[in-house]
Amino acid sequence: MAWLSLFLVRRLLKAAGILFVIVLINFALIRAAPGDPATVMAGEAGAGDAEYVERLRERFGLNEPLHTQMFVYVTNVFQGDLGFSYRQNQPVMGLILERLPATLLLTVTAFVFALAMGILLGTLAAANVGRWSDTAITTLALISYATPLFWLGLMLILLFSVQLGWLPSFGYESTGRDYEGLARALDVGRHLVLPVLTLGLFYMAVYTRLARSSILEVHEMDFVKTARSKGVSERNVMVRHILRNALLPVITFAGFQAGHLIGGSILVETVFAWPGIGRLAFDALIQRDYQVLLGVFVVTSVLVLAFNIVTDLIYTLIDPRIEVS
Amino acid sequence: MNREFWSAFASNRGAVIGLVFLVLIIIVAASAHLIYPVSPWSMGNPPFQPPLAGGPFLGTDTLGRDVAAGVVHGARVSLLIGLVSSLAALLIGVTLGAVAGYFGGWVDDAIMRFTELFQTIPNFVLAVVLVAIFTPSIGSLVAAIAIVSWPPLARLTRGEFLSLRSREFVLAAVTTGQSTPHIILREILPNSLSPIIVAASLTVATAILLESALSFLGLGDPNVMSWGYQIGAARTVIRQAWWMSFFPGIAILITVLAINLVGEGLNDALNPKLARKGRG
Repeated sequence: MAWLSLFLVRRLLKAAGILFVIVLINFALIRAAPGDPATVMAGEAGAGDAEYVERLRERFGLNEPLHTQMFVYVTNVFQGDLGFSYRQNQPVMGLILERLPATLLLTVTAFVFALAMGILLGTLAAANVGRWSDTAITTLALISYATPLFWLGLMLILLFSVQLGWLPSFGYESTGRDYEGLARALDVGRHLVLPVLTLGLFYMAVYTRLARSSILEVHEMDFVKTARSKGVSERNVMVRHILRNALLPVITFAGFQAGHLIGGSILVETVFAWPGIGRLAFDALIQRDYQVLLGVFVVTSVLVLAFNIVTDLIYTLIDPRIEVS
Repeated sequence: MNREFWSAFASNRGAVIGLVFLVLIIIVAASAHLIYPVSPWSMGNPPFQPPLAGGPFLGTDTLGRDVAAGVVHGARVSLLIGLVSSLAALLIGVTLGAVAGYFGGWVDDAIMRFTELFQTIPNFVLAVVLVAIFTPSIGSLVAAIAIVSWPPLARLTRGEFLSLRSREFVLAAVTTGQSTPHIILREILPNSLSPIIVAASLTVATAILLESALSFLGLGDPNVMSWGYQIGAARTVIRQAWWMSFFPGIAILITVLAINLVGEGLNDALNPKLARKGRG
């Protein structure tokens, strides 16, 4: 397993490099944010006199040369300090960590749903290519691919919460019920259905199209013809020969995209009042709390990097052709 | 070539339907000021009027603005931002991709690292941050959307240039002493144009979705009516007034769908070999 740790170290180093550049971009964005940081901070703290502003400048090293400030900022971020939100009177990191589990629950569930449904529908469509079920699935994918997800969320609320009254339309769990254990999990699960559908449908469409075309491509390859001419049953050809080879690129692609679901969660969490970092970002946007907004930017980038490493790892473990050298 | 192109395009029924819709949407957007001469911001009606209830045709919003007027005027900003930001993304992506693919070596390495960086950053979050910090306006929306949309175009162009770089006609041009810009712009680029055109058409669709999502979050240009803004403004009253968010959403859906269909038709017409394979 020595190669595995070597591989991990190399990937982590690369990720750290990318993260470093992202943090630099973040620093530049903070500087570009409207208003002098000290004045903004003073305004947020509710005091505006010149002496106070000067004290703030001193305290936060805003009088230091730019490269010193940059160095301090980068060191802080790598030590887990993302600054302080004067609006909420809390460190940004704490605010984000508090809300991270809800976002992870939402995005991971949506990702698994999208990938599973995408592969299933894509396989069905490819197996029935040219028939009506193929047309139906392709059309569904085409429409899902063009639907703005925040609007889809609102329409699902209209249908399932307002009209049918089946599912709750906002929040993470029912308030004032104090459910415990399994009852609580079920309650959260019911709240999770609509946000997951909303976030997952677009990606489901992407994976459906990808799985379908990947399967059709492998379908034509020589080894599949060989298997067929050997008399392997059509079902076995599909499952053991085609799917195994066709789905690998789909899963890899999906893994590299997984992080981007977090971007979509800003919209979904806004629509469903889901208490995650997406909602936090939206509130920060409304309140012009740039520290929090940029903190969310760094944390989501870290999550994408983490997803990518995991995908790489799974890929090297699954596909024996890839030598980790 | 032209007749061939059209017959290939027309053999895709979806693409023809998409094109018809797209042309209609463009006509509506272009003549918005004729269809609804009054500003879409004017609050001349009683608020919360449902559609087909004697008042404006698609009802009014929470402030008494005509929903239909908003949808018609919103078409302008959606198409404009979608188109301009895609052109900007195309300019960045094709330039970087062409340089990387043509020169190879360390130039290629550096550019691809840069591209990879932008593909790692969650693009919607970056767009939100950029627009928020540089204050919402048509300019900042276009810039932000272009900045998050160019990487796939760069990768595609690089791939095309890499494979054409060693072909005889390029080598011949190099041997006969043609200048590098001439080879890139006049020899290789025209030959790699078809996949780039197809990808660019799909970029327009994504750009429109991005613009609507940003406007929904309140990051649209405050001076122009847009579909995302209409939905965002009606979000909290969805239980009482479905029509305020329903119609602008349908407008986005139809526009994006139409562009995607046209993109697929272009793909069939410009890359016939690929198209056959994809369809089995």
